[in-house]
Amino acid sequence: MNKLSIITNGIIKENPALILLLGTCPTLAVTTSAVNGIGMGVSTMAVLICSNIVIAMLKRIIPAKVRIPCYIVVIAGFVTIVSLLLQAFAPDINKALGLFIPLIVVNCIILGRAEMFANKNSVLDSALDGIGMGIGFTFALLCMGSIRELIGSGCLFGFEITTKIIDPVAIFMLAPGAFFTYGCLVALVNYLTKGKAIKAEMGCTNCPSAAACQLAGKGGCDE
Amino acid sequence: MAEYMIIILGAVLVNNFVLVRFLGICPFLGVSKKLDSAVGMSLAVIFVMVLATAATYPVQMLLNRAGVGYLQTLAFILIIASLVQLVEIALKKYLPGLHKSLGVYLPLITTNCAVLGVCILNIDEGFTYLQAIVNALGAGIGFLLAMVLFSGVRQRIEENDYPAAFKGVPSTLIAASIVSMAFMGFAGVIDGIFGR
Repeated sequence: MNKLSIITNGIIKENPALILLLGTCPTLAVTTSAVNGIGMGVSTMAVLICSNIVIAMLKRIIPAKVRIPCYIVVIAGFVTIVSLLLQAFAPDINKALGLFIPLIVVNCIILGRAEMFANKNSVLDSALDGIGMGIGFTFALLCMGSIRELIGSGCLFGFEITTKIIDPVAIFMLAPGAFFTYGCLVALVNYLTKGKAIKAEMGCTNCPSAAACQLAGKGGCDE
Repeated sequence: MAEYMIIILGAVLVNNFVLVRFLGICPFLGVSKKLDSAVGMSLAVIFVMVLATAATYPVQMLLNRAGVGYLQTLAFILIIASLVQLVEIALKKYLPGLHKSLGVYLPLITTNCAVLGVCILNIDEGFTYLQAIVNALGAGIGFLLAMVLFSGVRQRIEENDYPAAFKGVPSTLIAASIVSMAFMGFAGVIDGIFGR
């Protein structure tokens, strides 16, 4: 595969949050402002790139049977590093993201890319895939964060934009606003791609647990 | 007793894990289509949440004593993953009936952020051991409540006609938004009941 297309694949064709619909929990939870969205996106990207590189290096050493626990250990190691770095150099972001920093470990995007990409490709390609997917995820979080911040508090990156014209709709900063904004964004992507990009249902094909799950072979979690 | 009621009500209604804290969204959107699978999945989640809290809480104390509290994430995820495996093996051997109804959901739960989330939250909130277990139970029941309510909502949506772009996930998310708005109504309920 062309090196550039690996990167753009993650940003557009297989955008993790908007098209593959992975990593929904942080997408909904931390996007109360554009800055938080970027903070979460960049933290996830850092973990994703590092774990992709290490897993691609170790792919011949890790036995296939215990690969998932091995991936989790690698990912958890990098999450701890990122969390300590944030505590030291960006305490505000760390406080805003809170619980969702350690929860990067169980973000489906990272385990999913380890299983689907880093496991089969070279170190360089895996690093590029991590960069592409990371940028795609950050972009999606930035979109969510900007929309919610603009409507919910009338600001963008902390600067007042529409506060004088219309009153902020505070519910967009709360849980219902998150679900609503995400639903509308996914519907917009659906509309623009004429429904081709997103599968109608959340299926097992994108689920990183599919390899470990007996249900995936039988046609899905609902069976 | 009132203290435990406050923790349970808080975890089930006010800070509902799925609809307010956004933990465990993947199974919430993926498995809530049919009522029986929603219930099965939620029961498995309650079970694992309580067990995982019971197992991770003492480990955090050990880590703190050894001065390596920052290994929390790494230690917890390993404990949860091995615990889920152990539970699956034990259920298969000793309670095959239960394994048949719950076991299929267990592998999905290893990477469920709600389980790791509740373990970390219990430490962050500074609960005692018993309070932590009660909180885990409440969080699990909250998950069950959200899943069951939402599977009913979803069955109604499926029958309706809405714009093509909203088919599937977007309509589900909008419905979740409305359900979560309903849960916002519980915001003051604890102060109301216990008069704090």
